[in-house]
Amino acid sequence: MSLRIVVQQPDFAVASEYERLRQDARCGAVVTFTGLVRELAEAELLSMTLEHYPGMTEQALTQIATAAQQRWQLGAVTIIHRVGTLLPNEQIVFVGVASAHRAAGFAAGEFIMDYLKNRAPFWKKEHTSSGEYWVAAKVSDQAALKRWQ
Amino acid sequence: MLKILFFAALRERLGCASTNLDLQGQVLTARDVLNQLASQSTQWQPHLADTDLLCAVNQHLVPLSHPVTAGDELAFFPPVTGG
Repeated sequence: MSLRIVVQQPDFAVASEYERLRQDARCGAVVTFTGLVRELAEAELLSMTLEHYPGMTEQALTQIATAAQQRWQLGAVTIIHRVGTLLPNEQIVFVGVASAHRAAGFAAGEFIMDYLKNRAPFWKKEHTSSGEYWVAAKVSDQAALKRWQ
Repeated sequence: MLKILFFAALRERLGCASTNLDLQGQVLTARDVLNQLASQSTQWQPHLADTDLLCAVNQHLVPLSHPVTAGDELAFFPPVTGG
């Protein structure tokens, strides 16, 4: 039940994270999710800055991953979140879950992302051709938590 | 002394990342602290009145009714938008 929580500015390599997750022969499934900086419909996105609350961020992610490990039988869990300035199409977040069977892996991956979106102290600011804007929290992200409660 | 941190849009609107408050031995709630800070500055008041604000005490998300005492780290911030 190893846990790998990383908050960092540099990029990460999905292939090496996957290799790390697939080392346990008791696990027949590895589910991974990668979130990317997406272009905007309304303006040209030049870059995005991710601010976080150092210390609390790592604690919040550890709590979320631990809650997933208590809810499902999981092997290794990895959460990586980048901070600082990112360009369109860059990787922002990685969640990887190893489990005996795929159902637990898919569910735990969604659970972790839903809680990360609502409970981990990160904030996105978009730098666009028409100005700088803090991203507003989405009601749909809050609603997504209800299915786990 | 209570350490108070502000993040993201709130930090920018207040023009301040952190401040201290002397609690003089009192135990206040996070909401009391918010009200006290708002009463000290008419410029800060509208930003601190934002009902969407979240609060953390010693780096754990808590409701505004949570108590704070000297030595705690209290943080206020807008709803989170990571991921």
